[in-house]
Amino acid sequence: MIQIIGIVGAAFVIAIAYAIFKVLRFVDIIKRPAKSEVPSDNNTSALLLLIFVILFLFGFWWYFFYASPDLLPVSASAHGEETDQLFRIAMGVILIPFTLLNILLFYAAYRFRYKKGTFARFYPHNNKLEVIWTVVPGLVFAVLILMGTNVWSRITTAPPENAEVINIMGYQFAWGVRYPGADDTLGSHDYRLADAVNQFGMDLSDPSSFDDFMPLEIHLPKGKPVLLNIFAKDVIHSVFLPHFRLKMDAVPGMPTRFWFTPKYTTEEMREMVGNPEFNYEMACTEICGTGHFAMRMVVVVDEPEAYEEWKASQLTWLKMNPEYLAKIPENLQEIARIKSGIEQLPAIVAK
Amino acid sequence: MSIADIQIAPTPEHHQHDDHSLNFWTKYIFSTDHKVIGKQFLIMGIFWAIIGGLLSVLIRIQLGMPESNLAWLEPILGKWIVDGKLDPGFYLGTVTMHGTIMMFLVLTAGLSGTFSNFLIPLQIGARDMASPFMNMLSFWFYMLSSVLFFVSFFVESGPAMGGWTVYPPLSAIPQAISGSGLGMTLYIIGFILFIVSTLMGGLNYITTVINLRTKGMSMARMPLTVWALFLTAVIATLSFPVLFAALLLLFFDRSFGTSFYLSEIYIAGEALPNMGGSPVLYQHLFWFLGHPEVYIIFLPALGLTSEIVATHARKPIFGYKAMILSMAGIVVLSFVVWAHHMFTSGMNPFLGTAFMVTTLAIAIPSAIKVFNYITTLWGGNIRFTAAMLFSIGLISFIISGGLTGIILGNAPLDIHLHDTYFVVAHFHLVMGVLAFFGTFAGVYHWFPKMFGRMMHEGLGKLHFWITLTGSYLMFIPMHYMGYAGYPRRYYSFTNFEYMNNFIDLNWFISVAAIVTASAQLIFLFNFFYSIWRGKKAPANPWGSNSLEWTTEKVVPGHGNWEGDIPEVYRWPYDYSKPGAKEDFIPQTVSLTETIESNTDYENQRLIQLKKEITNTQNN
Repeated sequence: MIQIIGIVGAAFVIAIAYAIFKVLRFVDIIKRPAKSEVPSDNNTSALLLLIFVILFLFGFWWYFFYASPDLLPVSASAHGEETDQLFRIAMGVILIPFTLLNILLFYAAYRFRYKKGTFARFYPHNNKLEVIWTVVPGLVFAVLILMGTNVWSRITTAPPENAEVINIMGYQFAWGVRYPGADDTLGSHDYRLADAVNQFGMDLSDPSSFDDFMPLEIHLPKGKPVLLNIFAKDVIHSVFLPHFRLKMDAVPGMPTRFWFTPKYTTEEMREMVGNPEFNYEMACTEICGTGHFAMRMVVVVDEPEAYEEWKASQLTWLKMNPEYLAKIPENLQEIARIKSGIEQLPAIVAK
Repeated sequence: MSIADIQIAPTPEHHQHDDHSLNFWTKYIFSTDHKVIGKQFLIMGIFWAIIGGLLSVLIRIQLGMPESNLAWLEPILGKWIVDGKLDPGFYLGTVTMHGTIMMFLVLTAGLSGTFSNFLIPLQIGARDMASPFMNMLSFWFYMLSSVLFFVSFFVESGPAMGGWTVYPPLSAIPQAISGSGLGMTLYIIGFILFIVSTLMGGLNYITTVINLRTKGMSMARMPLTVWALFLTAVIATLSFPVLFAALLLLFFDRSFGTSFYLSEIYIAGEALPNMGGSPVLYQHLFWFLGHPEVYIIFLPALGLTSEIVATHARKPIFGYKAMILSMAGIVVLSFVVWAHHMFTSGMNPFLGTAFMVTTLAIAIPSAIKVFNYITTLWGGNIRFTAAMLFSIGLISFIISGGLTGIILGNAPLDIHLHDTYFVVAHFHLVMGVLAFFGTFAGVYHWFPKMFGRMMHEGLGKLHFWITLTGSYLMFIPMHYMGYAGYPRRYYSFTNFEYMNNFIDLNWFISVAAIVTASAQLIFLFNFFYSIWRGKKAPANPWGSNSLEWTTEKVVPGHGNWEGDIPEVYRWPYDYSKPGAKEDFIPQTVSLTETIESNTDYENQRLIQLKKEITNTQNN
């Protein structure tokens, strides 16, 4: 269907263009304009420019208010509120010159269209004007820079000590998320240890790894700072949490990080947007291969208590993949069984 | 000058003789005439623009009409159409090649290559470039690189698919994506040849402008077009070698097992041995060209527009020196803003602060230029030719597209907007569409000088109105999608819940894109029809001041002027000078012939000069 429309449309456009061209040429020949270098449709063009800018700006502002409800809901992170506020200010600042300068440009074109017998004004320069329109934008930009650096330094400052630390690893084409277990310490990893099951390259000679778990959803505690340690296994990916206004590249060979504080639980956000199906989502924003568009992961923000409960209920990675016990050094086997929850403590006592 | 004096008499026959001794091959194919080379660049640019445009239509069909059955494309795309759907890998190849083709093969070679070659010698009063042979080589290196880019579409593993930035490791490891195989090798070699071409051209433009200006053509009397093309060449000559280095290292990583950009990679079931490289190093090197490249595209378009606006408004360009200074400011600053493309790359946040400052600083010269353009129009006596309309459109795009740069250059705002459709909207307006408008304006304006015939104005205006409206309809809505978090380079938006609210908008953008792309057929028809059947052009159809309109023949032969090279007595913007008989005074008209319109300062200088001459004669 679409191809027929396309072909017919193209043929139509060509036919119209050719017809118009023939008519215009015919008119040209009939009119035989004298030596005048001024286009015969000069006033029409001027008027069209004026009409264009009116329709353009009217359409723009109408759509501005029409489309705003379709944008993302309020920021679900604390820093996102600051960047949203800055965005609104910066947008406000640029929409003024956007509107005024477009009006001025098209109006100038319309007003100073060719008029017979008049001369243009020979007015080659005015240093005072140049200084004004160098300094004024300069000052406005300086204010925006100061506001920007202020927010930027707060966002990129060192994470608080008590932050909840989570490791995220991007790979073709999914995300691996790794939480510290009961010991609150993430084990190390090494890309050379990775395989089809151990996607993270979890280092099983590190006792901290034994109780780490890798869920299929990200859970975050509301109101508590969260530090994301971001890794990439194969090519560059980019962690994008649009609802939290958060983005950071995942770079192979170079760990990156981003810390933030979730502000609304998933439930609260569902109520705010009036959609009981709503979910926070994580996407990839650095082109990473054919599955780039499908690297989705659901993010859930819980109340702190619910979050702790969820954490406690997760099975450790080792328990889910007990065949990896064999790879653990002899002397750590026992501690691994216990920490991973494969063996309960009483069983050992009985032994 | 003595040499020129001696040659006065035999010159006319001599040059005619030159023209006749050329056969088809030496005249049109392996030509060393800067005008022919300029036209060669233009024709190749148009060829690539058609391909780049078709690719963008393919992208828009995929994004806006994802349900459509593309089986009808199978004769062209073959195995890349699977069950009537575009292959996701080839979609990325399309995106990659669309960007590369448009930025480099069309808007660098096709815009800067065409007009630098065609206009610099004509506007500064030179017979040809400083090195015509190198100029010819420049085109043929471009041609070679074109062939490689074109061939890369037809290799089995497909063209490069890593986005036009081709970041490693994705572009370095063939296991990562099929386009990183032979297609990527062709891409790198093609690109390196392209850089060679650009450097040969750029060095030539710089040398020509510095050395071959005619008598009286001081730097301060050059048309802004020449200034823009000259400064563009300076940027290109300084920044392209860095990309050359970046690509060379990438080539080593791909072909010789080095680890400049690769470290700690596990892919396709195996851990690679590469250690210690940094993908971020590539990004720094790449954007050291990548950002100046934006100005390599932007400045020539503005240079052409400056000339066109002044000519058709019949008014001197406002703030000639401010225009030059702001362009010079852009040149300097363009080298220190590159890392604003990397705010979220994981580089040190302190760099983010530094680059935020420089980035907003570079907005100031751009703002100055907009104000100067509007003031040039203010009080003019404007003739709305197609060229003038495209120039006005261009100024509107500097405003609408440039302002969002202030948002993107602000690091905390870029966190959310980076790599979303907000960026796509921004650069398509301020770089893509803007530069196309500059090119169109330039073609409509200088077509009579290129081919001796006029393009059809009515068709030109129709082309303008559809393109202007269509461009805004395409790219303004994309800002909303970007702010709503739609990432760029996505094959489809169906996998995410939060991306399901702009389906109708995507369709709308695609329709606008297809209509706008179709409207370019009007231009193509007009262009080729007018080459052979257009109205014959007079010598100076627009009543313009600059030197290219003073050649004896409407389409000058090799050597440009048959007699002496004209001398220059004034700047190129004496339009509507009070007291003058006509509303323009060409640069070749001496001040002594225009006593009635000279300014007091000019007349005093004349008196002074006369005194000096009498004194020397008396002595």
